[in-house]
Amino acid sequence: MVTFVIRRLVAMVFVLFMVSVLTFLIFNVIPNSDPAVQMAGKNVTPQVVEQIRKEWGFDQNIVVQYGKTMQKVFTGELISYNNRVNVVEEIKRGAPRTFSLAIGAALTWLVIGVALGLFTAVRAGKWSDSLVTVLALIGISMPVFWLGALASYYLGYKAGIFPNGGYETFSEGGIGGWVQHLILPWVVLATLFIGVYSRVVRSSVLDTINDDYVRTARAKGLSERRVLVKHVLRNSLIPVVTLWGLDFSLAIGGGAILTETVFDLQGIGQYLAESIRRLDVPPVLAITLFGAFFIVIFNTLIDIVYAFLDPRIRLQ
Amino acid sequence: MAALPAGSLFFEKPLMATSSDPATTIPDQDPSEILTEPGGGKPAAGTGPWRLAGRRLRRNKVALAFGALFVLLVLVALSAPLFANHVADTGPNTNHLSDVITIDGEQKNVVEFDGVPIGPQGLAADGRFVLGADRNGRDVMVRLLYGARNSLFIGITASIITAVLAVFLGLLAGYFRGWVDAVISRGLDILWAFPVLLLGIALGVSLSLGGLDLGIFSIEGNSLWIPTLIIGLVGIVYLARPIRGQVLSLREKEFVEAARAQGASDWRIMFKELLPNLLSTILVFFPVLVANAVSLEAALSFLGAGVQPPEPSWGTMLGEGIDLLISAPHLTIVPGAMLTLTVLSLNVFGDGVRDALDPRAKVRLEH
Repeated sequence: MVTFVIRRLVAMVFVLFMVSVLTFLIFNVIPNSDPAVQMAGKNVTPQVVEQIRKEWGFDQNIVVQYGKTMQKVFTGELISYNNRVNVVEEIKRGAPRTFSLAIGAALTWLVIGVALGLFTAVRAGKWSDSLVTVLALIGISMPVFWLGALASYYLGYKAGIFPNGGYETFSEGGIGGWVQHLILPWVVLATLFIGVYSRVVRSSVLDTINDDYVRTARAKGLSERRVLVKHVLRNSLIPVVTLWGLDFSLAIGGGAILTETVFDLQGIGQYLAESIRRLDVPPVLAITLFGAFFIVIFNTLIDIVYAFLDPRIRLQ
Repeated sequence: MAALPAGSLFFEKPLMATSSDPATTIPDQDPSEILTEPGGGKPAAGTGPWRLAGRRLRRNKVALAFGALFVLLVLVALSAPLFANHVADTGPNTNHLSDVITIDGEQKNVVEFDGVPIGPQGLAADGRFVLGADRNGRDVMVRLLYGARNSLFIGITASIITAVLAVFLGLLAGYFRGWVDAVISRGLDILWAFPVLLLGIALGVSLSLGGLDLGIFSIEGNSLWIPTLIIGLVGIVYLARPIRGQVLSLREKEFVEAARAQGASDWRIMFKELLPNLLSTILVFFPVLVANAVSLEAALSFLGAGVQPPEPSWGTMLGEGIDLLISAPHLTIVPGAMLTLTVLSLNVFGDGVRDALDPRAKVRLEH
């Protein structure tokens, strides 16, 4: 077990390092443009451009630049090119909003996905099964930002059931206001995964429902409900639990960015979207880096937790 | 996603063999899997696996209908200039800010003075502004059709790029093993570490700053090839791993040994012997790859890191439309509906292809 953990941690550190190098290269080597010129704006003398280049260290050796950039990112001193705002402060401000969205959505899709999966498996072949399967496929195929826009237009603006976008912290609106502003984003972000999970759970339940131990449970006279929940579902949830952690980090690095933008939650994703429009490199670099770091570290932790729970994984 | 349980996406056996390659046909297949129809029909002896798969797909009417829908969408996209030149009489990037059109004898501004564009007119304006106008007075129907061209071009081309590169890398890694495999697999691990959308955004921003200049060929910052290449590149991880896993097990089979005994070179074995056996995997993945590429294009363009304005794509149209959601919801609803329809048709058709070729394959691409 100790060797397993050490091996995973060493691999993690290697991947983190390579991720930081690749991110740096993407923003500092691939672009066919000069950041100093971009920052200086239009109608400036070459001297001004030269001065900016010196000031920001664009004239230095690439390895030195890499070191300096990483130092700035992790000490929280990275400054945006366009409006000279501290990037790391902005990310810290947005983080609770992004995580509120992602955690709530992850719980939503877990509960609804498992419930729907169990429901459709029990009714396999009936029309309600087909209906849910069709809805799940539609849910998987809808772009999350489009669904979000439709939801906020019809349920928020037209029907007035939900607030029209925006975010309320605990101190502003209490827990009620917080939930009220997040409930629509949660469901929208969860929709894609509800579709995926209901199908995973459905096939997993159908796989186990005919197993001998389930027949035994029925034979000893347990109620159908107890058989389903305590015996079938428990075993069917293993693939779901494995997926869940991975999908949570995926939602943070993917769907959450798009959902936030639509609902004006002012989290990290929306900051990223605004920075893209301004072609402002430092925020995009920092968010890409933090996003990838979060995923690598989170996935390593999940791996280790699973290895604790299931000894077979350690031996692989 | 370094933590994906190893083997979950891998195929343990050669799945489908071409009938021209007798060494690979029957022996490795579990006869009940291949020869029996899913409904428990009689074994159909003497029929090739491809023909069986075709028969199974033909029987799946829903999948076929959605496949036909996708073909229809492609045809509609290809006919964009016909509609633009002969019906709507305008181009996708032509502004009609100060135009006035007559509907039922009533004069209407294409874009009102407060900036609100006209809504869908149906056929009331003789084919102009069938789906309304956007804030620059551009014809939404025309932009939608040209946007379909761009979105579908990017989706299909990017998936071809993905398939070619992933199969090549998977073949190299699986066939040569050793350090080649180590280099390719670690490289893919690092790509996995990035969320696909974030990697796409990062590349999209850095490439659209000044285009790509590799000396021999250069691409402008606003070219369609930039999102195409990016989406093609980030998709590789999905396909390269399963291909590698399959090659790892295929290379131990007798037909490879036979080819080697006949003195076939490594390249010949890889491309003449192994590649045909990978075809079914590639076919199973391809529709889903296209669906994913179309979705990713939309997400990138929506955020401004994909197709660059004024060029239309469903993603850019959504990105522009969502700012006017309250006053002109048609700008959001219309391109999103097309996008959903396209991705849905590919997903359902892809499901059918998978069921026909290899029901056990676990095709799951993350968004």
